[in-house]
Amino acid sequence: MKSTLAISPARKAKNRVMLGLCVLAAAIAVVVLVCIFGYVLLEGARFVSLSFFTRLPAPVGEAGGGFLNSLVGSAIMVGVASAMSVPVGVLAGIYLAEFGRGWLARTVRFVNDTLNATPSIVAGLFAYTLIVLETKRFSAFAGSVALAVLMVPTITRTTEEMFRLVPRTLREAALALGVPEWRMTLQITLRAAAPGVITGIMLAVARVSGETAALLFTAFNNRFLSTALDQPMSSVPVQVYTYAVAPYDDWHHQAWAGALVLVTLVALFSAAVRLATRSKHQVTG
Amino acid sequence: MVTDVQTVPRASHAQRPKSLRRWGPPALRGWTTGDAIFRKACAAIGASIVGLLGLLIYELVRGSRESLEKFGFRFMVDRVWDPVVERFGASTFVYGTVVTSIIALLLAVPLGIGIAIFLVEIAPRKLGAPIGFLVELLAAIPSIVYGLWGLFVLAPIVRDDVAPVLHKTLGFLPFFRGESHGVGMLTAGMILAIMILPFIAAVSRDVLAAVPTTQREASLALGATKWETIRNVVLPYGRAGIAGAVVLALGRALGETMAVTMVIGNNPQIAASLFEPGYTMSSVIANEYAEASGTVYLAALTEIGLLLFVVTFAVNGFARVLIWRMARERRA
Repeated sequence: MKSTLAISPARKAKNRVMLGLCVLAAAIAVVVLVCIFGYVLLEGARFVSLSFFTRLPAPVGEAGGGFLNSLVGSAIMVGVASAMSVPVGVLAGIYLAEFGRGWLARTVRFVNDTLNATPSIVAGLFAYTLIVLETKRFSAFAGSVALAVLMVPTITRTTEEMFRLVPRTLREAALALGVPEWRMTLQITLRAAAPGVITGIMLAVARVSGETAALLFTAFNNRFLSTALDQPMSSVPVQVYTYAVAPYDDWHHQAWAGALVLVTLVALFSAAVRLATRSKHQVTG
Repeated sequence: MVTDVQTVPRASHAQRPKSLRRWGPPALRGWTTGDAIFRKACAAIGASIVGLLGLLIYELVRGSRESLEKFGFRFMVDRVWDPVVERFGASTFVYGTVVTSIIALLLAVPLGIGIAIFLVEIAPRKLGAPIGFLVELLAAIPSIVYGLWGLFVLAPIVRDDVAPVLHKTLGFLPFFRGESHGVGMLTAGMILAIMILPFIAAVSRDVLAAVPTTQREASLALGATKWETIRNVVLPYGRAGIAGAVVLALGRALGETMAVTMVIGNNPQIAASLFEPGYTMSSVIANEYAEASGTVYLAALTEIGLLLFVVTFAVNGFARVLIWRMARERRA
């Protein structure tokens, strides 16, 4: 006798097909990912060499040349942007986590999320009208300001979340020993939250290291090695863009090499973040 | 734009620790002058973020004032973009931005939800973790790298394989008329889809993973198949969260610049065929800003930036409402 509970063939088939489509979706994502990574790795590895890191760009038609000015430029601008955004982001995050109640905190939280979702090109426009228009020249400092605007929201947010994870008992223990609140926050809570806070900073650094749109018309580009903050400065992503849209094969090769460097950087950061968060979970159980 | 997965929607602040010393006179609360200074300093820096946003809006409005005054509302509907005669209209760029974002959502939403279902409901744990990591990695790749890949790998594929097939099968629709040269709105939409996919997949995965197992068991016990359980129980339960993720992803797609600039063809026109090149709001800024001469030209470009800011602001506000509603439903 046929059970009344039996599932009809049509329902069974539908079940199979739909679940199959979900597997297919995952498979497509993996294929696309492998394709992107594969291309960047293979093409990049073909053209990356020692001179890529030690030479300045070569004129069109000449083989060789490298990204030295862009690598130095990226390091300087990300460094200056970090110097501006890390103190602001961390302290704002502390404010939201430790004292953040009331209308001001709600406003700050909302504004921070808004800034986080602001397109990076808008941050570039902001730095342009604020600095470039006033000083009448593209400058590395303007680029750094644009990057800092992009870094602050990420840092604020992760800092707030990491401070929330610190157990209340730790704070109580410090206060019971007579430590003032501000020292407790900076010496006990901050130290306990440090791995997570550093993770957030690294995420922000990784994000702006590949940032192009905000730098196109703030730091612009520079064919020469420059360390002056009031002059145009090259950066790896902008240089990759310049080379990619140019009609020369040599430059396309350089662009792939630059892309490989960017992706390697991001992968290293992601792996480091994974390691950092994993060890943190082990400590707090 | 790097679609970083860390910015998943904030669901609630339930676990926020209450202040330890909120009662009693200041002396008993153990406050010191240092504490007062520290609190005020932190609050001031928090407030400076609000000031930053205010300054950003002020600068954008100031930068675009000349264009706002000269063109007014006509800026939004005018199709002409001519620096020589200083007549500027943004409608072609708005069109490009909207069309590429719609293509991106149409492709990425089903795929992203499918991936989330696969990771949560189907895949064994061992497989889920590495795929999850790969998806996160995909989210961290800089936009410029997607652009490079799109220009040299995806565009030729679209030109030689995707477009001819679409033309042959769906050519009766106005969207797939004519011939593709590789770069165009379809390619830009596809690149955008790849870029927002990790975000949708990661957030949906978290939302689905938060659905209580008892809900699934109840459905299965009533004789539903696995798919019916997912379709009728799991997905409706996470509906608001997934919708929030999709709207947040839309906000990212609208503002994405570099990858789109490199594959859309940069031609200001309103064409029905997706094979045709187009232009988006962000890519016209990226392409023309550094070389723009004349204050009206600069102001017009800045106004496009202002418009972009307002639109992403509105879209993200909408996403927040969705997520807030989800949090409220959970509590209820």
